[in-house]
Amino acid sequence: MPAELRCDDVAPTLAELAAAGSTDLRARRHVESCLRCQAELVQYRKLLRALRALRTDVLRPAPGLVADVLASLEEAGERHAIRALLTGRRAAYLSGIAAATAAGAAGAIVLASRSRARNARRFRLAG
Amino acid sequence: MTVTRHGPRGSNHPMPRALAELVAAAREGDREAFDEVVRVTHADTYTLAYRLVGNEEDARDVVQEAYLRAYRGLKSFRGEARFTTWLYRITANCASTHLGRRRRHQHDELPEDDGVVDEHPGSDPAEVAAAALLRDRVSAALAGLPPRLRAVVVLRDVYDLPHDAIASELGISVTAAKVRLHRARRRLREELFPLPGEADGEEASRAG
Ligand SMILES: [Zn+2]
Repeated sequence: MPAELRCDDVAPTLAELAAAGSTDLRARRHVESCLRCQAELVQYRKLLRALRALRTDVLRPAPGLVADVLASLEEAGERHAIRALLTGRRAAYLSGIAAATAAGAAGAIVLASRSRARNARRFRLAG
Repeated sequence: MTVTRHGPRGSNHPMPRALAELVAAAREGDREAFDEVVRVTHADTYTLAYRLVGNEEDARDVVQEAYLRAYRGLKSFRGEARFTTWLYRITANCASTHLGRRRRHQHDELPEDDGVVDEHPGSDPAEVAAAALLRDRVSAALAGLPPRLRAVVVLRDVYDLPHDAIASELGISVTAAKVRLHRARRRLREELFPLPGEADGEEASRAG
């Protein structure tokens, strides 16, 4: 029969015991007969309950988040379409110069919409 | 920032069925349906992002990135998993990447708690006030944890993600995730629910 567990041996498993209710038998036996560990277990249960309660707190973001998300989705969609255009069969019909121009224009579109979104956000923060 | 407090668990998903339908439509390529998914879920996603990164600006960036990735990866979402859980995992992954990128300018701000909207009609006001106070203390204690510890305890004990999902999204082993979880819980317990004789002075020697 191995030696009895002490509080220090059990301490690392107390939170998990409070959370999941299962741990090794020797640890449980110690807790059943130790008031100090029982007190700590109770405190862990309170903590876990308090943490779970946070799940129903919903922070309301400052306005504009949905618009920003939708704008970035839109932008990504444009980039994707342009890439598909350049790598797709239609690109084969374009001359080298035309392709380079289109790529430049695509870059410009992305940059423009990016800075537009950024300016819009800055404006909101300032206002 | 405004905090909305809901009563029973789950009441912040008033239309789970509608959400599932929207997700199904979005998977078929309906962009407007995905836009609606964003509208319905964004506050929830933002809340998780904020709890993980600890400030508003980074949280907004994480939310944007998460929806981009979710949109691109929508085909890989298997209908049998809960969409919200899937989105939490993506958000956690984006937050982890974001924190890694920003490690050098780490600043853990305390959450602002002005403008609290309470939705507990008919409850004992003293009880409600005590619960709100506790939640504010817990939020502040979480914000005070190092981001590595904070992430695991938020994902496990607030959002109920399994250990392997947490490890995978944070890019660490399951063992490392469990060790961090244990440390985070111990720190929070000592700060929020100390045992007699554990207050202040002794805390420093046990934290680690
Ligand atoms: Zn003991």
